[in-house]
Amino acid sequence: MATYEPLILAFCCHYCAYAAADLAGSMRLQYPNNVRVLKLPCTGKLEVNFILAAFERGVDGVFVAGCLEGGCHYMEGNLRARRRVERAKVLLSEIGLEPERLEMFNLSSAQGPRFAEIVTEMTTRLAELGPSPFRPARGAEEGVREMTKQAEAHLTDEAHGCVAA
Amino acid sequence: MDATTSDRIMVTVDGRTAEVPVGATILNAARQMGVSIPTLCNYRGLSCYGACRVCLVEIERGQGRQLVASCSYPAENGLVVHTETAVVKVSRQTVLELLLAQAPDSTELAEFAAGLGVESTPFTPKAEGKCILCGLCARVCNEMMGRGAINLYGRGIAKQVKTAWSEQSDQCQACGACAFVCPTGAVDLKTITSRRLRPHNTGYDQFLTARPCIDLAHPQASPRVPYIDRETCVHFKSDECGLCSKVCGAGAIDYGQMTEAIDLQVGSVVLTPGFEAFDATRRGEFGYGFAPNVLTNVQFERMLSASGPTRGHLSRPSDGRAPKRLAFIQCVGSRDSGCDNDYCSSVCCMAATKEAILAMEHEPGLEVTVFFLDLRAFGKDFDRYYERAQKLGVRYVRSFISRTYEMPGTKNLRLVHMTPEMKPVEAEFDMIVLSLGLEPSASLHDQAERLGVVLNRWGFARTNELQPLDTSRPGVYVGGAFQEPKDIPDTVMQASAAAARAMSLLAPARGTQIRTKSYPPQRDITDEPPRIGVFVCHCGSNIASVVDVEAVVKKAGKFPNVILAEHNVYTCASNNQDLMKEKIIANKLNRVVVASCTPRTHEPIFRDTLRDAGLNPYLFEMANIRDQCSWVHSATPEQATAKATDLVRMAVGRAGLLMPLQEDTVPVNNGVLVVGGGIAGMTAALALADQGFPVHLVEKGDQLGGTIRELHHTLDHGDVQAFLSQSIDRLRASKHITVHLDSHVAKVDGNVGGFTSKVVSEEGTIEIKHGVVVVATGATELKPQSYGYGQSDRVLTQLELSDRLGKGEFDLPAKATVVMIQCVEQRSEERPFCSRVCCTTAVRNALILKERFPKARIMVLYRDMRTYGFREAAYREAREKGVLFVRYDAGQPPVLEVGGKLRLKVREPALGQDLMVEPDMVVLAAPMTPRADRKEISDLLKVPLNADGFFLEAHMKLRPVDFASEGLFICGTAHSPKFITESISQANAVAARAATILSHKQMPVSGQIAYVDPDKCVSCMTCVHLCAYMAPRIGTDNKAEVQGVVCMGCGSCASECPAKAIQLRHYVDTQILAAVNSLLFAEPVEKPVQAPYPEQVGVAPPKWHKNIN
Repeated sequence: MATYEPLILAFCCHYCAYAAADLAGSMRLQYPNNVRVLKLPCTGKLEVNFILAAFERGVDGVFVAGCLEGGCHYMEGNLRARRRVERAKVLLSEIGLEPERLEMFNLSSAQGPRFAEIVTEMTTRLAELGPSPFRPARGAEEGVREMTKQAEAHLTDEAHGCVAA
Repeated sequence: MDATTSDRIMVTVDGRTAEVPVGATILNAARQMGVSIPTLCNYRGLSCYGACRVCLVEIERGQGRQLVASCSYPAENGLVVHTETAVVKVSRQTVLELLLAQAPDSTELAEFAAGLGVESTPFTPKAEGKCILCGLCARVCNEMMGRGAINLYGRGIAKQVKTAWSEQSDQCQACGACAFVCPTGAVDLKTITSRRLRPHNTGYDQFLTARPCIDLAHPQASPRVPYIDRETCVHFKSDECGLCSKVCGAGAIDYGQMTEAIDLQVGSVVLTPGFEAFDATRRGEFGYGFAPNVLTNVQFERMLSASGPTRGHLSRPSDGRAPKRLAFIQCVGSRDSGCDNDYCSSVCCMAATKEAILAMEHEPGLEVTVFFLDLRAFGKDFDRYYERAQKLGVRYVRSFISRTYEMPGTKNLRLVHMTPEMKPVEAEFDMIVLSLGLEPSASLHDQAERLGVVLNRWGFARTNELQPLDTSRPGVYVGGAFQEPKDIPDTVMQASAAAARAMSLLAPARGTQIRTKSYPPQRDITDEPPRIGVFVCHCGSNIASVVDVEAVVKKAGKFPNVILAEHNVYTCASNNQDLMKEKIIANKLNRVVVASCTPRTHEPIFRDTLRDAGLNPYLFEMANIRDQCSWVHSATPEQATAKATDLVRMAVGRAGLLMPLQEDTVPVNNGVLVVGGGIAGMTAALALADQGFPVHLVEKGDQLGGTIRELHHTLDHGDVQAFLSQSIDRLRASKHITVHLDSHVAKVDGNVGGFTSKVVSEEGTIEIKHGVVVVATGATELKPQSYGYGQSDRVLTQLELSDRLGKGEFDLPAKATVVMIQCVEQRSEERPFCSRVCCTTAVRNALILKERFPKARIMVLYRDMRTYGFREAAYREAREKGVLFVRYDAGQPPVLEVGGKLRLKVREPALGQDLMVEPDMVVLAAPMTPRADRKEISDLLKVPLNADGFFLEAHMKLRPVDFASEGLFICGTAHSPKFITESISQANAVAARAATILSHKQMPVSGQIAYVDPDKCVSCMTCVHLCAYMAPRIGTDNKAEVQGVVCMGCGSCASECPAKAIQLRHYVDTQILAAVNSLLFAEPVEKPVQAPYPEQVGVAPPKWHKNIN
């Protein structure tokens, strides 16, 4: 496993987890560089779909980080996220993927060190679990053209109610 | 090197050519291009010495190549440099091997060498030594500090760094710069200086840890810029050094900044100078200042903080061990006439309780003991928290502690305390925390005098209970702990209230000094394919020193839809913003990605640039490659570069799908509906009417005033009835206020800024349009069921006694005995809350009784006397005047026999005996309970109640007068039991908070809101039930619709919608999935799968309102 570096996607809420990650930066805490953070306004916006999509595309692990329970900026978003994470874990185990590849964490915006801990913990855990079976060779270029096509298709599709200026 | 010269030359480093100023060395040129060359003896700002030779590079010279030291070789036009050739690597290796032999003891050097692939040396190492004679220390001492305390002496193998005559130097100022710049850890300051070494401890971490002279004041500092501590900075002390100005690439250091006196024309002043903690050395008997393991509670708070000096770990300052036994000593410098602080600091009991719970969470198995006098958990839900602490194992011991003894060997602390049976016991602790009192700052004395504000005898601003916000000078208001020690919610409340007072005064001038920024019209990009511009920031060296910015830019240029990829030294600098604007226009960009710091601080800045460039601000996306990449992966630059590339790719993927969003505005109705005509409702109505907003005050009774009609005196002898009639007169006279008596609110429709309500009275129903709602329905004194209340006319409640005393309809036999029983039917299992006012009411009534009937014997039976703040002085006065205070335990409450003579039996816990009294009168402190119609109001406005039936605010600490739903506010005793003075503050606070909405003609609606696709909506009401803000509703077509003004943009509804009919704009599923997809281009993007059946995941069980108990 020496050469294997897990790739982890983190869904972080704007108010707590993302701020904690920033704080870890201000404090210059060093942690493994395996995590890519995706910011959500609230973990309440997280959908099981996003988690599954991430695994399907081949990330080795996903974690969701929201505010402390009871401390959600939007009241209960993080509690909903926890339920969805639990649900997604069941789905993962049903398709034969280790549910430990997915985890939900709660932390406050002042807990920079905790964020670093979480990243370290998840990286160690996923290093032990080994690469995801869905993981393709990391070749970016071939996807580029597809992305372009999709993006163009998307812009003509006004179904999601975006308003043109 | 002068960077401003116009003469520039072209240099090629590792195949890339760039323009550099004349006179730059190769090293400078390479750094400018973001090429890193290792060096030990070069330090920006110090002269070049060329000693270490690690920075060797190859230059092309005629037909061949030549090795030169890049730090000292000046670049010339057309120079071609190679930094990573095999020859360079081998030479560098040899140099490092020689250095390793020279300094075998330096771990710093060993690490540095290992980083360049040199693990050991083939040469015979010297016997010892860390110094590589690079001379940095001597250069910084001579060139920067002008001291010359150390220098390089001798030649050849005898060369060494030392002080004159190898003696400790008087020249040395002990600044530590030599140790700081030394690359090998060779400098031992103690051998150099004759001065005493002391760390730069600063106040923010409570002197627990040393911090640099240049630092952020604290992690949340605003503005978030570091400052120079002029007390410790060498430049400010001796005019030397100035290294920081040379090192700062942005040229941000300005030593010339001075304290400026600015003249301001203002109409009102709000004083919020806060408080200072009591100086613990004044109570030296507790050991603070010499016993290292005695901390103040402020120090302990820092220690518990995740960003504090110990990063949240408990450790004893004496030996760094985690304590096993921790004690809190309460009331250090409070309730203490010995140091003139004979008032209660109000916050320490709960602060200690919180710290105790946190400490136990941080250190499992920790034993915590709190030594207290009275546990003053008087606030909303405080008693519950106190109970919880006890359940978690915090031991509360009611005992006065007189001193501590430090054990010489272990540095543990011993103290003697009393058991409940009043037996002295000795106990030993590993660490002791002193709960310090709150004091006004001593410097306020002069300031107050200049401002013409009278202070009270403790140095706080003098106010009176009926005007808690007004100082002695008209137009000058006070907020926060400067008025009286108070906790966060009370401070927030009072600060808003002070703002309301100022706003009332300045209402005519509102909006007269507004300047608005104008933007060009937004370009219509509907038919354009995405054209993305990527700007990657060096952030000086913050990013570029770790991440290979150019490599990221190169990759980013190939990402889909990217038209332009660039890098800047500081993307946020104003000239670069202008440049970005030009680039957007010139390249017809329609999406912008900036890869730099965090969107939390910089997104608004770049969005503004987009608007300036005629683009919709939502067409912007950020990749955080500093806070979440370069800063945290500085040891692994290659992987950091890969991560930064990934982050940029994700941002580009998402940016391609971003859509312009309209930021709408809706008109605001500036009317107010106030529900409840007690003192809180009336004060809020008056404060809002003073600002010119029309108010409808609805009272269900036939007259105004509520509970305070039965109150006559405040503790400071204010005349409550006179105040009430004045308020009513002002209310009647105000042209902005309409009073509806005998009326109730039957229906409230609409949302913030546009409510329509029905007010029903006997005369019929009227419709009112208004922008906000204020709930001020009050509370009422519960009629007790115990202690024979109602069976004997000699048993009354405190409120009844207050009323009868105030009206003068009260008589007692001359030598009568009056017993007051506190905590009747409260702080019990059924009502686990404290009514806050009863202790002070009992003291006030006892004092009035003592004044009228000096011979009367008055006894107060209490559990904890909660006379917080300045009320403590009245408690003291009552004791001095002979009122007897007897404590009882909750487990053994007093027993009263009614029928014939009153006979009372109470167990005195200290004596361990029963006391028998035959009182002539018994006064019961009955609980303050919420009004019976609270449920109706709660249903009507869809606002939550807490377990005790009081209305629940948006945030217990930070938003004490707002409901979670916008435009709804709460004040007075409907929120929680409180004094008149606190109700007045809270009512004013509501006026200030409401004015933030009402003062606008138009209210902005964020673009990031949820949107329902009516074709997909199945009207299942899931969104309606789950939204905490009640933004979704069922519209006229029986489909859900989201009210944009109310929506907070969290996306909870979008994720829960079983039909996937809702999308959160700016976080549309396809946008999020595009970011996920871009991370690994495994498969082309697919349309999100439509669930054939309503998804069962996490759907909230349908119920009308989650907060109804």
